[in-house]
Amino acid sequence: MLTRLLLATALGALAAGTALAQTPVKIGVLNDRSGVYADLSGEGSVVAARMAVEDFKAADKGLKVEIVSADHQNKPDVGASLARQWYDRDGVDAIFDVPTSSVALAVAQVSREKNKAFIDSGAGTADLTGPQCAPTTVHWTYDTVALANGTGSAMVKRGGDTWYFLTADYAFGQALQRDTTAVVTKNGGKVVGSVKTPFPTSDFSSFLLQAQASKAKVIGLANAGGDTINAIKQAAEFGITEGGQALAGLLIFSSDVHALTPKVAQGLVFTEPFYWDLNDGTRAFSDRFAKLSGGKKPTAVQAGVYASVLHYLKAVEALKESGDGTKVVAKMKELPTDDPLFGKGTIRPDGRKIHDMYLFEVKKPGESKNPWDLYKTLATIPAAEAFRPLNEGNCPLVAKN
Amino acid sequence: MITILGVPMQALFGQLLLGLINGSFYAILSLGLAIIFGLLNIINFTHGAQYMMGAFVAWMLLNYAGLGYWWALILAPIIVGLFGVILERLLIARLYKLDHLYGLLLTFGLALIIQGLFRNEYGVSGLPYAIPSELSGGQRLPFMFLPNYRGWVVVASLVVCIATWLVIEKTKLGAYLRAATENPTLVQAFGVNVPLLLTLTYGFGVALAAFAGVLAAPVYSVNPNMGADIIIVVFAVVVIGGMGSILGSIVTGFTLGLIEGLTKVFYPEASSTVIFVIMVLVLLVKPAGLFGRTA
Repeated sequence: MLTRLLLATALGALAAGTALAQTPVKIGVLNDRSGVYADLSGEGSVVAARMAVEDFKAADKGLKVEIVSADHQNKPDVGASLARQWYDRDGVDAIFDVPTSSVALAVAQVSREKNKAFIDSGAGTADLTGPQCAPTTVHWTYDTVALANGTGSAMVKRGGDTWYFLTADYAFGQALQRDTTAVVTKNGGKVVGSVKTPFPTSDFSSFLLQAQASKAKVIGLANAGGDTINAIKQAAEFGITEGGQALAGLLIFSSDVHALTPKVAQGLVFTEPFYWDLNDGTRAFSDRFAKLSGGKKPTAVQAGVYASVLHYLKAVEALKESGDGTKVVAKMKELPTDDPLFGKGTIRPDGRKIHDMYLFEVKKPGESKNPWDLYKTLATIPAAEAFRPLNEGNCPLVAKN
Repeated sequence: MITILGVPMQALFGQLLLGLINGSFYAILSLGLAIIFGLLNIINFTHGAQYMMGAFVAWMLLNYAGLGYWWALILAPIIVGLFGVILERLLIARLYKLDHLYGLLLTFGLALIIQGLFRNEYGVSGLPYAIPSELSGGQRLPFMFLPNYRGWVVVASLVVCIATWLVIEKTKLGAYLRAATENPTLVQAFGVNVPLLLTLTYGFGVALAAFAGVLAAPVYSVNPNMGADIIIVVFAVVVIGGMGSILGSIVTGFTLGLIEGLTKVFYPEASSTVIFVIMVLVLLVKPAGLFGRTA
């Protein structure tokens, strides 16, 4: 007994120790490290992954975890070739995060082909667990359907029954517009028009003017990151909201609102699965995270990386191996999820992680007490209602069951 | 209501005006590039980074020194211009005798380093910078709501462009500059300090970029990538106008802003590529650009 205890301690100290049968696990965090999504994912996601490994006490549980990271530059070809290189040459067992839907879809294909686990936090497209679902994919944090459900129906219920979309012209924007349109029409609203904006765009004035001319009550921003920031900033300048039109941010992160400041973003309504100031668990995590990231609070994407790495390690610990992606993901679906950030939840057969979503509103400048005091919670959308029903996603994995 | 290809006339006016505003940024930036290329024969790829630095210096002046927009409009170009002078003296001056390619590689590398440093320090989400209170609000024109600030951008950039053009075309200093472009050795023989002239020209071109950066700060997100996004378009503008042609860069800057504005109405998906399509067409017909001299 004493020897075993001593051995365990020695192993804990020597993270690189090779003495006993430790299961090696190599995690790759693949995201945008220099472009428009670098603040909502980027280095923060790597920090979150490291915190998860630390909190899991991986070394004590016989796992030898190594984390690598890379920049996919928001380009599907770059992302796919990095994934290939990681799997083939560098012995990576699982890829995490991957914002930018077009890149995520490409990496999902590579992971399936190589039978490695792909646990996405940053990307939006619900196709990852829909027609393009794979036995190796888990989609953790949010998706376009959940965003559309939350914000779309809330806006229609508030009287915003005519919509005009500013849509980022790539997989994510199109998926978001499609899914929001479905929710808006289901709730009795109407879409009067849309414009596809090149990704990324810095000047939205022309598109905003077209939206203004449409007289739609709601202008839906089917974009993300820097695009959304520019669009909201310029909408304020052109007096869009003063003119009686409401902006609906279909994908907003706390890093965006922080950059915009409540003065510009006040009153904006949107859906997110996580906010640092939700409860004691999120606050404790966020304080630790902020200390490691120059004072920045974590975004939902970074929180998702933390929680998903934690759950992944649980599955690997149970299996005592990490090489077979299908097996690991099957184990992840079998085990219930439980973490301080998203609470208790499950992963469905199609790979969709299920948890509550929240409808938030940006505080007015007077209500915000510090630069990160940004949201107030309007409503909690229960897990069961937040996501697309399992049988409506056209996922082949579900059809077979 | 009169419509053109299904777009109401009034909406079209609004879009043309917006195009003109974007054209203002293109014009100031391409003007600086054209001056630097015309005189120094350096393809200044750092221009985008210097534009970004202009916006960041405006933000720093406000947050660290409490100096507002109007001060920034004067001080930021001077500060960034001085940075340009140092850069020219330390590094760029050593490349004049070499091929264009070396200047391009050096300035491109510098741009990456500068952007990387800012990204490391400030992240990519951008920093808030408000429109000065004197220029907030807007005018309700018959065809659109024009924010006062955007009107100011057009006026300010027109004034700067015309003033620069006048200095270069109508003053003695401008005559030296043009002569030095033509034949530096001969001008030096007349007792003009050509190296100093080159340094100051580079500093001035950089200051123009910083000026555009300050103009952009209240309307675009102030982030380290803002220059990288716009610089490629501005290079296309310079190529279309004719490398080194002062008037060409101003006229093309505004014109391409208008064309881009129209594209955003009729075929928005192509609005980020239309300028490059025009560039290809122009180069096929006039390889030296619209206003360029054929060697």
